[in-house]
Amino acid sequence: MEHILRSVTSAQLRQDIPAFRAGDTVNVSVRVVEGDKERIQHFEGIVMGRRGSGLNETVTVRKISNGVGVERIFPLHSPRIAKIDFVKAGQVRRAKLYHLRALGSKDVRRKTT
Amino acid sequence: MSALLGKKVGMTGIFDAEGQYVPVTVIQAGPCYVTQIKTKAADGYDAVQLGFEDIAERKLTKPEKGHFAKTGVQPKRYVKEFRTFEGEKFAALTPGSAISVSDIFNEGDVVHVSSTSKGRGFQGVVKRHHFGGVGSTTHGQSDRVRAPGSIGASSYPSRVFKGQRMGGRMGGTRVTTRNLRVMKVLPEQNLVLVSGSFAGSKNQVVEIVKA
Repeated sequence: MEHILRSVTSAQLRQDIPAFRAGDTVNVSVRVVEGDKERIQHFEGIVMGRRGSGLNETVTVRKISNGVGVERIFPLHSPRIAKIDFVKAGQVRRAKLYHLRALGSKDVRRKTT
Repeated sequence: MSALLGKKVGMTGIFDAEGQYVPVTVIQAGPCYVTQIKTKAADGYDAVQLGFEDIAERKLTKPEKGHFAKTGVQPKRYVKEFRTFEGEKFAALTPGSAISVSDIFNEGDVVHVSSTSKGRGFQGVVKRHHFGGVGSTTHGQSDRVRAPGSIGASSYPSRVFKGQRMGGRMGGTRVTTRNLRVMKVLPEQNLVLVSGSFAGSKNQVVEIVKA
């Protein structure tokens, strides 16, 4: 039974996602549809963690925008993600970096390199 | 109306054309074989009898053996009758012909799915009929949180009205979920992906009827 379910979703699994983990910096290109026009929006930030498996896998990306912390959760295999670019490797000891929320940008840099 | 018998495989999700994640239930449906065609002249009504999933012949009773021998179909575990199959494709149906998912379902079709819900055993009124329970847990009250409350007045009518909702056996009944969308048809694997959920456990035999 389980293998049937996996075979149903496997066709939609994307092979073009680069390997990255929590602490790395990535640039996510999101397809945004406005009316009948489509454009690409970029979101670059630190990966706070990945959760889920298979088609359900999501990634939380955090960045500081105009002094405000912004977190976006992207479904990794969504067709709305144009591409994900690996920008920079980070050095962290945790799988989920929730403690970054409490830190200033200087501390964030210190904790992830 | 066209219909097919199948088995519930389980639930997962897929991305649709707009990139929206849609929860789906996977059904392994068919191929079904026509085991009998009932006609108004011979049986009093029109119907198509479908058989699904092979079964060893030694497991059949004698009457069942005779029934399958008549049409020459491999013995089937599940046999179900459906009134009127419409469309020119089905006008040519004869006993023994096979129907598979691609014959009936297309992406975007609306279907009704009937199945037997999971048996829940003896359940109280809160779960069974969505009662709110009685009173609070404080002010000296005890054992009233999930109680049914009053079941009627006193001297008149001096009885409990028929149909009064109470605790009892729940589930294990036939439930039809209407207007589910066919998200995908995979003919090589005999699979239909239907949006949303319907009653019953995995491996449950279901009827899928095109709306």
